[in-house]
Amino acid sequence: MDGWLAIVVRAMFAENLALAYLLGMCTFLAVSNRVATALGLGIAVIGVQSLTVPVNHLIYRYLLEAGALDWAGAAELDLTFLRFIIFVGVIAALVQILEMFLERFLPNLHHALGIYLPLLTVNCAILGGSLFMVQRDYDLGESVAYGFGSAAGWALAIILFAALRERLRYSDIPEGLRGLGLAFTVTGFLALGFAGLRGLGG
Amino acid sequence: MVEWIMSPYRKQLLDPLLVNNPITVQILGLCSALAVTSALLPAVVMSIAVTCVLMFANVTVSLLRRAMPKSIRLIIEMTLIASAVIVVDQVLQAFVPDIAEILSVFVGLIVTNCLVLGRTEAYAMHNGVWASLADGLGNGLGYSVILIVVGSIRELFGSGSLLGRQILRTQAEGGWYTPNELMLLAPSAFFIIALLIWAMHAFGQVRRRDSAAAPVRESR
Repeated sequence: MDGWLAIVVRAMFAENLALAYLLGMCTFLAVSNRVATALGLGIAVIGVQSLTVPVNHLIYRYLLEAGALDWAGAAELDLTFLRFIIFVGVIAALVQILEMFLERFLPNLHHALGIYLPLLTVNCAILGGSLFMVQRDYDLGESVAYGFGSAAGWALAIILFAALRERLRYSDIPEGLRGLGLAFTVTGFLALGFAGLRGLGG
Repeated sequence: MVEWIMSPYRKQLLDPLLVNNPITVQILGLCSALAVTSALLPAVVMSIAVTCVLMFANVTVSLLRRAMPKSIRLIIEMTLIASAVIVVDQVLQAFVPDIAEILSVFVGLIVTNCLVLGRTEAYAMHNGVWASLADGLGNGLGYSVILIVVGSIRELFGSGSLLGRQILRTQAEGGWYTPNELMLLAPSAFFIIALLIWAMHAFGQVRRRDSAAAPVRESR
């Protein structure tokens, strides 16, 4: 496996944003009580992430990077330090657009996601995806692949976790471990499983 | 000492350390926290960075809270936080480039750390400057406590050292200790936090049982 497919596979399993880099944990723990909601959120993350990583890539390459403003006659400018503010702005704008789109065309999904769609703006998995894209120096095609793969991996993780949680509702758990403690333990075992896929995709 | 105990900001400073800890009780700021704890030094640097950003964000939001229109307050808050993070990132890259390398994207991710936005929204929007400063410092310290505990456990058992200094001599160097490599991987962070939460719950239950005045909470 090489090229884009390898990036997708690696981003989904070995470098899973939720389980290997522990990103997006707040949403991961809060919206994983039911598989249906987790599925909706996973789809929203895939939508947002597949858009934001390539868009941020273009902005970074043609506006922010050292020497990127060559076309405007300002080759000596290095605006890399502005990336945090710009990326967050781009993400917020895209989330807003996605929200309006869902409200108009898929009102049920919009209702099910509720507060968690706008919260994707401050989801570390989304910003993390863009920052990893910069750090690893992906080109446009690779960032499309990475945006999709990393989001699909995050969605896979939250859906698996929600399914486990639905089953765990019927089990007998020590009192102090109920709730958050158990959620962390289960996520830990899930992460252990994903860590076993290390090396997949080269 | 007496003055300090009478200090009006004692509650803001001490509550987040244990009783209302941002990570284990409020469940805020997990995202960028756990990935940097595979060794103690990055955990300490990360704690300092987050505490600085938190104090700056709380103070500025508290100062501006009457001037901010409600509808665009989130944008203003995000801009303030992101500016603070940019400064912290530049300082780290200038003075401790090795550690900035280890922390990689996680310094930038303080921008989306729910802890910072959560505290500015929940506290600084409604309180005065000094109280907000105390709240920021308190929550920053509460966050640091967890990071440092997790970082110490992971580095000590994962590589037998603390802050890079060898404590347990590993077998590779002719000692007796076999490093537990699991500790260096992400899953161990989840397990350690889960155990910490369990310990804190158990501690809370014992305390509730001791104080007769407080009603005993029904088990869920």
